[in-house]
Amino acid sequence: MRIDKPLLQVKNLKKYFQTPGGMLHAVDDVSFDLLPGSTLGVVGESGCGKSTMGRAILRLQEPTSGTVLFDGTDVTACSKRELKALREQMQIIFQDPFASIDPRMTVSQTIMEPLIIQHKMDRRDKKGLERKALEIMELVGLAPRLVNSYPHELDGGRRQRIGIGRALVLRPRFIVCDEPVSALDVSIQAQILNLMQDVQKQMGLTYLFITHDLSVVKHFSDEILVMYLGQMVEKCESKRLFAQPMHPYTQALLSAIPVPDPRVRMQKIPLKGELSSPIEPPVGCRFAKRCPYATSACTQKAVLPREIEPGHFVACVRAGEL
Amino acid sequence: MDTILEVKDLVIHYETDDGRVYALNGLDLDLREGETLGLVGETGAGKTTLARGIMGLVPDPPGRIKGGEILYRGTDLLRCSNAEMRHVRGKKIAMIFQDPMTSLNPVTNVGVQIAEAISNHEHLSHRDALVKAREMLEQVGIPAGRAEEYPHQFSGGMKQRVVIAIALACNPDILIADEPTTALDVTIQAQVLDMLRELREKYSMSMLLITHDLGVVAQTCDRVAVIYGGEIVESADVFSLFERHLHPYTQGLLNSIPKLNEDVDRLQPIEGMMPDPTHLPEGCKFCTRCSYATERCRTSHPVMREVASGHSVRCFRYEQEERHEDR
Amino acid sequence: MNETTVGKARSLGADAWYRFKKNRLAVLSLIVLLAMVLVAFSTFVIDWATDSSIYEAKVITQDLRRRLEPPSWEHPFGLDEFGRDMLLRVIWGARYSLFMGMAAVFGATLLGGFLGAISGFYKTADNIIMRLMDILLAVPTILLATAIVAALGTSKINLIIAILISQTPTFARVVRASVLTVKEQEYIEAARAMGASDMRIILRHIIPNSLSPLIVQCTMSVASAILSIASLSFIGLGIQAPMPEWGAMLSNARTYIRDSWHITVIPGAAIMVTILMLNIIGDGLRDALDPRLKN
Repeated sequence: MRIDKPLLQVKNLKKYFQTPGGMLHAVDDVSFDLLPGSTLGVVGESGCGKSTMGRAILRLQEPTSGTVLFDGTDVTACSKRELKALREQMQIIFQDPFASIDPRMTVSQTIMEPLIIQHKMDRRDKKGLERKALEIMELVGLAPRLVNSYPHELDGGRRQRIGIGRALVLRPRFIVCDEPVSALDVSIQAQILNLMQDVQKQMGLTYLFITHDLSVVKHFSDEILVMYLGQMVEKCESKRLFAQPMHPYTQALLSAIPVPDPRVRMQKIPLKGELSSPIEPPVGCRFAKRCPYATSACTQKAVLPREIEPGHFVACVRAGEL
Repeated sequence: MDTILEVKDLVIHYETDDGRVYALNGLDLDLREGETLGLVGETGAGKTTLARGIMGLVPDPPGRIKGGEILYRGTDLLRCSNAEMRHVRGKKIAMIFQDPMTSLNPVTNVGVQIAEAISNHEHLSHRDALVKAREMLEQVGIPAGRAEEYPHQFSGGMKQRVVIAIALACNPDILIADEPTTALDVTIQAQVLDMLRELREKYSMSMLLITHDLGVVAQTCDRVAVIYGGEIVESADVFSLFERHLHPYTQGLLNSIPKLNEDVDRLQPIEGMMPDPTHLPEGCKFCTRCSYATERCRTSHPVMREVASGHSVRCFRYEQEERHEDR
Repeated sequence: MNETTVGKARSLGADAWYRFKKNRLAVLSLIVLLAMVLVAFSTFVIDWATDSSIYEAKVITQDLRRRLEPPSWEHPFGLDEFGRDMLLRVIWGARYSLFMGMAAVFGATLLGGFLGAISGFYKTADNIIMRLMDILLAVPTILLATAIVAALGTSKINLIIAILISQTPTFARVVRASVLTVKEQEYIEAARAMGASDMRIILRHIIPNSLSPLIVQCTMSVASAILSIASLSFIGLGIQAPMPEWGAMLSNARTYIRDSWHITVIPGAAIMVTILMLNIIGDGLRDALDPRLKN
């Protein structure tokens, strides 16, 4: 392990939404540290709160409670002005390359917009701006002739490159990647993942990589955090998680991935039922209802993550014995 | 095994404002009795057009069926009248779509929706149809008591089960499943795929499973056909395809997915992107992205060659390997 | 990267125009309407150049000896109940109908658009503004306009204000609906993630992306505004005699409907053609701007 100071420290982050049925616990008490230059993968099924968490960290959605320290600055306590300055260093890449880019702006306008908003460059300096846009376009693998194209003329892969370029143009240190490849075709996915890896090395970026695709996350991340109904159920180094998943949910999740090899027959761990509701969840382990190993101890009191072995956190009463 | 559905040289184009979209360009496919055939391809390869073509649901305009045959037990579906097609659809060939959220009617309870599908083809009283609908729900793992509930009361996975119940209500011979699990989470996907497999065996149906997920194909299908640019580029049984993927596109697809059981530093993507379907390359459709492409690939169009028993590929690289004995 | 898939850069607007051009009926309507606007505009020029002498002599001055004369070579549309040339009256009348309708709709677009954008973007303002609009919407448009004119008195400006106010709620609703949709788009969140201010988000992203339904609504509303002007004039609350407004002409002519068909049919036809053209153009624009029809 490196002895670097963490770039991002998330402590007891909570995000609740008021719904007609009661409080929806989208993110419930998640804590983690993220070292500079590393990638933390966040996995979970739809509705587990992983996207909300990414947005709450960037304060695109106001967290209900908890703190987010970015390089020592408390993001959750920032004033509007401080937050705007921080945005320069924290960026986001979105899932849907069709919805995340303004259809009425050209490629170069989209890429230049952050520079203008952050007053990095004068909006009248058209030449300088365009030069900068071309530089970024080259970095993300967009041909210079596309500079005046509109997004609707481009395919998903290229649009996602625009989204990445827009996130990179301010030279941020930290990027939340919210399912950046799930909307893309397999053959394009690999191109984009490689691109993201290259720029990470070049610019020393730190990623929070949110996805539901476990094979992608394994390939991409140093560490993985598994979420279930707003809570962190397991977190450890990527390879170890796949070799030795400890939480029953992680085990079931891993066993359900279809292996692209017909000779390998999957040993699926069957899960009972489906995701229960995150609205006013009961105390105790939220996975207990579906868990094949659940005991009465699981539902009596809140189950917090414990460090079972160095760097391996599991939120399970029976962790270690299973 | 007998062939139950045979698609021969199917050509479907869409006439749009921006020009002619060459969706299917001489597609051949055969589905055998009782098997699951996986159709693998990316967005724009023509997967959904094929499914619509078989169901007789190509929207016209802009869709145009330019030629070919779709033989179901020897009858050409393309020559059937609308009335005849209505007997085929649902009763003989059923289809399920990718998005369970939009394929159910939100204002009718699920029991009635299944019953409707049944009474389209079978002369049952409303009450009997409802009884059968409840049976169907049990078949797909939903308690019959939920028949009176409305779609919004079901989760995504449960809705897809309802959709499957509707498709299977008339005991069809062929089930076409167009990306049935793409919108679902992995654990739910596993449940739905298992259920589909069991039901396929129980009802001795044949299934055409359209997907882009090679993992799903490997775990569910008996044979695989890979589609690119509106034509099949490789087809084989699932074991030989994954053991020996011949077409450069198939190789590219398999190399570009990260694997759980291997560690690589860098993925090997297929360079470039899908060709514009209004301007497909003249020769091999894949030549613009293929690292082996030669001048010949750009000008002349390769045909399907059987290089091993049941394993055919559309690529000039395997001309020498063609099997000559039993043609 | 391969070079085949990229065409010339075409903005969404240019794209919409390209689709609009394919609709022959709409293009034809646009040409007819533009011609009418041009003719209506030319009356101002003529009045200015001739110091309104043609207007005074031909459009207003009565010649009771030749009243109700049917169409002839000399007067293709015939003469009205006071012996004035119908063709000239219809031409001079176009400026009231078209320009006043357009002015009212322009005002309603600005006011309604502003109110709609605010209530779409800020939740707190939404309730107040929209309930107010609901109240206005609950009163039939023509009744509301009648009430406003009756209260303010009959003048051209008051007529425009009346129609402007009665059209505003429609625009507020249309803009609010599209702002609400656009607001949820990820590119708005992306702009926020860059540190963009609310004002910038509204001006640069939300307004340009909410324009399409507004443009369609404008065209359709001009048609209904023209109809309102004509109706108000018909019941005597709009343009006053002797000014040649189509609705007023129609109203004055109805006593003679049994004897002389042309003096009712011609202004009626003028209203009908204008509205038809506007509605066809509106339909064409909706098809051209509708993103669902793409691909």
